[in-house]
Amino acid sequence: MEKKNKRRGVNMEHMLSFICFALIIGLWCVLTFGGFVSELFLPSPFAVLRRIGELYADGSLWANCFESTARVVVGWFWSVVVALPCGMLMANSRKFSAFVQPIIEFARYLPVVALVPLTLLYLGIDETQKYTIIFLGTFFQLVLMVCDTVSGVDANLINAAKTLGASKMQVYKEVIFPAALPGLMDDFRLTIGWAWTYLVVAEMVAAQNGLGYMILRSQRYLATDTIFAGLILIGLIGLVTDFLFRILTRIVAPWHERLADR
Amino acid sequence: MEECKLQAVGLTKIYDGGSKGDVTAIDHVDLEVKDGEFVMIVGPSGCGKTTLINILGGLDTATDGTVLLDGKPVAGPGADRGMVFQGYSLFPWLSVQKNVEFGLKMKKAPKEERAAQAKKFIDLVGLSGFEDALPKQLSGGMKQRVAIARTLANEPEILLMDEPFGALDAQTRVVMQELLADISKKTRTTILFITHDIDEAVLLGDRIYVMSRRPGTIREVLTVHIPGERSHESLVLPEFLETKKRIMDMLWQESQDAAMDR
Repeated sequence: MEKKNKRRGVNMEHMLSFICFALIIGLWCVLTFGGFVSELFLPSPFAVLRRIGELYADGSLWANCFESTARVVVGWFWSVVVALPCGMLMANSRKFSAFVQPIIEFARYLPVVALVPLTLLYLGIDETQKYTIIFLGTFFQLVLMVCDTVSGVDANLINAAKTLGASKMQVYKEVIFPAALPGLMDDFRLTIGWAWTYLVVAEMVAAQNGLGYMILRSQRYLATDTIFAGLILIGLIGLVTDFLFRILTRIVAPWHERLADR
Repeated sequence: MEECKLQAVGLTKIYDGGSKGDVTAIDHVDLEVKDGEFVMIVGPSGCGKTTLINILGGLDTATDGTVLLDGKPVAGPGADRGMVFQGYSLFPWLSVQKNVEFGLKMKKAPKEERAAQAKKFIDLVGLSGFEDALPKQLSGGMKQRVAIARTLANEPEILLMDEPFGALDAQTRVVMQELLADISKKTRTTILFITHDIDEAVLLGDRIYVMSRRPGTIREVLTVHIPGERSHESLVLPEFLETKKRIMDMLWQESQDAAMDR
């Protein structure tokens, strides 16, 4: 009985998510087909779909999606690789934390857009510059999130491991890391979302391809349908990423109980 | 004269209370546990029992005094002093089997040895058939069985138990007490057990240290003489009741003194 109710609850939630999308698309149809808004400012859903079809046909859809996704993933990946050990150390060593925390807090408030000229000066216009922008945009946030997540690991588990003879390294590897993993997966999922924001910043200047580039160039030609096509594609890639992360979390931490799952 | 396993000499812990002044948790505590002995520490809540056992286990440091294991001073946590906590502290991502193997894995024991040892102690605590279960699938009593097996599988010199049955319901507690009495007899493990439950102290202990209210000192040491095997039936023996009354009087006196202080 209880199980059945839970099932129905989940279906209900799916239903509500669907209704929200349907409402927005409905409103979009009314505004465009009703002639309330000029095609120049808001193209109809069909125009945008047609545009996506054209982009697919000339091959630029996959090319741009691929380029942008690759930039996001590489930039974000380096951010994770550096932030993970850094955040874990910060959580467990007061000295290290005292050493790096002020500079991280300082850098966190620097707007990434303001750093673009410097990255261009130092790194030129190749891919490294784009990875760097995404790295700079996500790293300083992520390192603090990792620190926070790792600090939240139940101290009793660490104590239990120590009294079972675990060394400092073993405590990290066998207790702190697995215990923090579900929380870390959440941190990674959120940061990769932000990475998409910084992608557009990175592609604003000196890019020859990518979804951000496509959107910015369309502005110049007043190709509003392409702008919407680009936005929808980024949104869809975001949805897929989120979904993949949720599945991945369930695979790497099947023991983890989420409030929503209960 | 039996060999002395664990010895505490003049243990004192003073917490820095900042502007409110320092707080003395325990004050010059001396105690000794002989090889194979089951020793209880009973005292009113807030008397520094947990501070004391954490210092013995190496999870906290004493302001003054020494802990000796087999005559040698020890500092920091180690596999030689196994601990069992009130909150179980099982690793939620590991199965029962893997939890019990944890200490041996830290020692890098071969896989076969780990499996054999785990099986032996899972059998001992009566959890055969639950090897692959995750902690979240177990009841409180079963979790504590796993925690006991996990610590024993590591073959510590002494087992330190901090109110291990405090979170269990009354019936489960009696079952666990009988199980522990049985394990103590079978394995001849040296045990130091902390509780605020007088029945538990008299039922399980060979000797009982009664602590005063804060700052915790040893008020008295009693030797328990209860004929026959310890079980729930011992709870009504005249010897049991007599010892229980003596401890109750002492603790009542402590609470009277505490009230006078206020």
